[in-house]
Amino acid sequence: MNKSHKIALISLLSLSNVSMVLPAAADPARDAILATLAEEAKKADPAFGGFSAERGQAFFAAKHTGGKPDTPSCTSCHSQDPTAAGETRAGKRIEPLAVSKNPSRFTKVDEVNKWFGRNCNSVLGRECTAVEKGDFIIYLSGK
Amino acid sequence: MKRLVLLSTIVFTLGLSGLRADEGVKVSPIDHAATLKECGGCHIAFPPQMLPSRSWIKLMGDLANHFGENASLDQAVQDDIATYLAAHAADAPATKGGARFTKGVGADSVPLRITDTPYWKREHDEIAASRFSDPKIKSKANCIACHRTADKGEFLEED
Ligand code: HEC
Ligand code: HEC
Ligand code: HEC
Repeated sequence: MNKSHKIALISLLSLSNVSMVLPAAADPARDAILATLAEEAKKADPAFGGFSAERGQAFFAAKHTGGKPDTPSCTSCHSQDPTAAGETRAGKRIEPLAVSKNPSRFTKVDEVNKWFGRNCNSVLGRECTAVEKGDFIIYLSGK
Repeated sequence: MKRLVLLSTIVFTLGLSGLRADEGVKVSPIDHAATLKECGGCHIAFPPQMLPSRSWIKLMGDLANHFGENASLDQAVQDDIATYLAAHAADAPATKGGARFTKGVGADSVPLRITDTPYWKREHDEIAASRFSDPKIKSKANCIACHRTADKGEFLEED
């Protein structure tokens, strides 16, 4: 890759980053949740440099180990495409996680905490870190 | 006199079963906000009348290992829901007609699934296993896929 390509790529990436962060900024409740997570992340690692939609996407799509065998991935229930509806193991519809489709996502702190608590334990066999949670929310806020 | 009582019992029973064929089975719908909200996220909030109270107490005691998933709640919410479910269970004093749902369940057996009770199995014994694994239905526990108003406590013939 030559230099001008690299620059074009970087500016494209930062452009897409901007558009990914913007919708999140539109909701004060979601912003507050993200701010709390960022504080936690900084406490755990002073070198924390902000949440990343790319990391969030990878985390969302990954097959994890350590959790319960029936649910290896967030996509086991939330569908591969976060703008589409998902389905629980008992066949109940789950509305899309993408904020563009479902603007109330990640705006109620109790719901967010409860479902991260349950689903991270089901999928990973542990709590999610603040960075994993923030990345996840940033990714889906741009979707 | 005895005969009259017997006769009217028969007439009454016939009348009831006639009604049942049209109307299916109805139980009082859940009227407890926490149970509806916290037990209705992954499936319908199942009718408490269809399991004995010992089943609900055991199930509520291990939500972290709930049929292969983590369904944990804050302790206070968990206790509140356990109390509600136990008070409306098949064998709770306030439940009328609950005995039919637990007929054949041994006194020391603690079924955690409605779909494991002899009653449920009997009512569904003519349904092919492939119906339940149909992607549109996915699971025996997806009552509402076949009983469209199951969330209102109504288990009618499917349309
Ligand atoms: C076993 C099925 C299942 C799996 C696997 C799963 N989820 Fe969920 N998730 C649900 C259900 C059900 C809900 C609640 C219904 C709803 O909010 O529409 C939910 C809701 C959520 C919410 C709440 C969103 C809001 O509205 O604020 C978050 C956050 C979440 N899930 C994160 C995750 C993450 C992260 C993973 C992967 C580590 C994951 N989920 C895997 C079933 C699942
Ligand atoms: C694949 C479709 C299907 C699913 C899923 C299903 N049922 Fe049924 N159910 C039926 C059919 C068909 C009947 C028999 C028709 C009838 O008599 O109403 C029936 C009968 C019943 C009856 C007796 C109704 C009567 O009139 O006596 C009850 C109660 C019942 N089901 C409860 C449940 C519960 C609770 C669940 C979920 C845990 C469930 N069903 C899941 C199809 C289904
Ligand atoms: C995180 C998702 C989730 C939540 C929340 C949840 N459940 Fe479940 N539940 C499941 C799954 C998955 C199954 C197994 C479904 C299957 O076999 O298809 C299940 C099955 C059940 C069954 C057995 C159904 C049968 O086969 O007869 C009962 C009873 C039950 N749940 C009660 C509850 C109660 C009570 C609550 C509230 C305290 C609750 N559930 C909350 C996921 C959940």
